[in-house]
Amino acid sequence: MTVFDRAYDDTVRVLDEDGEVVGDVPDLDDDSLVEMYRHMRLARHFDGRAVSLQRQGRMGTYPPLSGQEGAQIGSAYALAADDWMVPSYREHGAALVHGLPLKQTLLYWMGHEDGNNAPPDVNVFPVAVPIASQVPHATGAAWASKLRGEDDAFICYFGDGATSEGDFHEGVNFAGVFDTPTVFFCNNNQWAISVPRERQTRSATLAQKAEAYGIDGVQVDGMDPLAVYSVTEAALEKARDPEADRPRPTLIEAVQYRFGAHTTADDPTVYRDDDEVERWKRKDPIDRLESYLRGEGVLDEERVAEIESSVETQVADAIDAAESMARPDPRELFEHAYAELPPELERQYEEFAALRDERGDAAFLED
Amino acid sequence: MTETQNLTLVQAVRDGLHTELREDDDVVVMGQDVGKNGGVFRATEGLFDEFGGDRVIDTPLAESGIVGTAVGMAAMGMRPVPEIQFSGFMYPGFDQIVSHMARFRTRSRGRFTLPMTLRAPYGGGIRAPEHHSESKEAFYAHEAGLKVVIPSTPYEAKGLLAASIRDPDPVIFLEPKLIYRAFREEVPEEPYTVPIGEAATRREGDDVAVFTYGAMTRPTLEAAETLGEEGIECEVVDLRTISPLDREAIVEAFEKTGRAVVVHEAPKTGGLAGEITAILQEEALLYQEAPIGRVTGFDVPYPLYALEDYYLPSAARIEEGILEAVEF
Repeated sequence: MTVFDRAYDDTVRVLDEDGEVVGDVPDLDDDSLVEMYRHMRLARHFDGRAVSLQRQGRMGTYPPLSGQEGAQIGSAYALAADDWMVPSYREHGAALVHGLPLKQTLLYWMGHEDGNNAPPDVNVFPVAVPIASQVPHATGAAWASKLRGEDDAFICYFGDGATSEGDFHEGVNFAGVFDTPTVFFCNNNQWAISVPRERQTRSATLAQKAEAYGIDGVQVDGMDPLAVYSVTEAALEKARDPEADRPRPTLIEAVQYRFGAHTTADDPTVYRDDDEVERWKRKDPIDRLESYLRGEGVLDEERVAEIESSVETQVADAIDAAESMARPDPRELFEHAYAELPPELERQYEEFAALRDERGDAAFLED
Repeated sequence: MTETQNLTLVQAVRDGLHTELREDDDVVVMGQDVGKNGGVFRATEGLFDEFGGDRVIDTPLAESGIVGTAVGMAAMGMRPVPEIQFSGFMYPGFDQIVSHMARFRTRSRGRFTLPMTLRAPYGGGIRAPEHHSESKEAFYAHEAGLKVVIPSTPYEAKGLLAASIRDPDPVIFLEPKLIYRAFREEVPEEPYTVPIGEAATRREGDDVAVFTYGAMTRPTLEAAETLGEEGIECEVVDLRTISPLDREAIVEAFEKTGRAVVVHEAPKTGGLAGEITAILQEEALLYQEAPIGRVTGFDVPYPLYALEDYYLPSAARIEEGILEAVEF
C-alpha cells in the first residue's frame, strides 16, 4: 500500500510529539538528517531575526514562518535540484533548501525586486502574493515540461485559505485533466489571517479535495519533517513516473500551525487564544527531530550548539550582505517592464532622470 | 510571386495561428472549444486535426485557469496562445492578467519573460447576448507590462498576430468581431509580421486627423469619404496597437491638420480618446485650432441588441463629430 491509498484523515506520521518513531523512517543517511535539522534551525533563527529587523524598521512587512519548518524543509528536501518550486510568500525555508540564498529573501522583504531574481540554476518562481494565484502557474509550468517531454516535477505551496479561492480549484482541476507532474502542497497552518480553517471549508480535511479532481490526496503531520519528506518524495516520484492508472498530481495537506502572526502587520492575540498556541508549540517540529536524532546518537549537545552558532553566523552574514546592497537605481523601475523599452517609457525615464540630476537624489527620498 | 488567399479577418487569424504553429513547436493554442470544434468563431478551425490535441488544446471552462496555466507555460519558455471565447469573459482571468501576466518579467528582473498572446473577440454590433459585446481595451492598455494589439484588416490581423506570438512580452490581442467576416483581402500564405506599436494612415487629408482602431475604422473611413465629397479632407489614422501607442504618428497627423477627433466604441470616460487627447495637449498644444473631439460609446453598460445601433458610433455620428472639429 502506498501513502496515496490511505483515508484522507489517516495522517501520515513518522515521529510522535516526543520524537519517538511511530511510522516508517525515510531512507536518509545521518548527514542528510543533520542537514535537514540544520536547515530547520536556520529557518527558525532567520525568522526571528527577520521579525526583529522589521520591528527595528530595517525591513518592511514580513510573513513569519515559525512552526512551519517541518513542512517547509521536509518537503523541499525531497526535491531534485532540477525540480521547480512555485512558492506563495511564506516559503522562505523551503526556498532556502532549494538553493535560494537567504540574502535574496531578505532583499525581497526589504523592498528590492532583485530578491525575486533567483540565481539561474535555482529553480524557484517569484513570490506570489495574491492568494492561490500561483497554483495555475505551477500546473502550466509542469504542463509545459510534460509537453516538451522533459521529466521535471513541480511543487506548489499555498495555505489553507488558498483552498477557498477559485484559482486553487482551476489550477488543480487543470492538473487533473492534463495529468501534469505537479505536487500541490497545502500548508494548513489553521488560520487565514484571522479566519480559522473551519471557516474556509466544511470539508473534513483539505486532502479530500483531491477526490473532486481525480488526483491523489494525502494528509501528513506537518510538524513532522520526516513524514513530510516521505510523503513529498513519494508524490514527486509519482509525478515523474506514475504507475499505470495512477494520476501524476498529488494534493498534500500538511497539518501544522503558524506560531506567530500572519505578517508583522497582524496581531494574532485578537483572534486566537494562548492555550491553542501553547498546545501547538508542544508539537514543535525542530524539537521533535532533535529529540529523535539525539536518541539515535546522531546529535549531541556539542553538535547542536555548533549548529546554532553556525546558523547565527550565516544569518548575520546574509543580513549584512542584504543591508549593504545599495538602493536600486531608479532606472530599474523601467528596465524590466518590457524586453525592449518602448519609446514613451524611455521618455518618461529621461524626464525623471533630468529632474533628479537637477534636484539631487535627496529631493525624492524620505529620510 | 507570393501566393495569396482571399481571406476574411477571422480566416486570417486562423491562418496566422496555423503559420505560427507550423513555424515554432513551442507555440500552443489553448482555450474553450478551440480544438475539435474549431472555436465558436471558427478562428481555430482545422488546427486540431493538423497539429493534434497537445498543440491545439481544449481546456476546461475556466478563464483564470486558462490564463494562469498559460503564464506558467510561458514562464517555462513556451509560446502559449490562449483564447478567451469573448472578451466579456476575460474578467474571471483578470487577476491573472494584471497580477501576473503583466508583471512576471519585472518581478523576476527579466529572468522570466512571458511570450504569451491572449486572444479574444471583442466589441459589439453582432446582435450577441449580454456580456458578449464589451469593449474594455482601456483596462489592458492601462496595465504596464502588457502590449495591446487590435487589428482592423485581414492582412494586418495575420501579420500582427504573428508579431504578437513572436514578441518576448505578453500581448493582449483583441479581435473586432463585428468585422470578422465583413470583407475579404488578399493575405500571403507565407509567414510575415506587421510591427506592433506602429499606427497606419488609412486616408490622407489636410483638414482634420481622425484617430481610430478596430471595427470603428470602417465607419470612420465611410464618414471621411462622405465628408471628402463635401471638400473636407480627413486624415484617418488606424492605431492598430493601443499599447504602446504610436505617439509620433498621432502627433504628426495632428500637426498636419491642427484638428483631431478620436473614434472608439468603448465608453468615453477613461477611454483611449482621453489618452490621445492628453498626448496632443502635451506635445502639440500650439498646433491646436479646435477642441479635440471624442466620438465614443456612451458611459453606460453595453446594451442588449435592440439598442446597440444607437450605442455604437455610426458613420453619421462620426461625421458630426468631425464637422464640429472642422467648423469650430
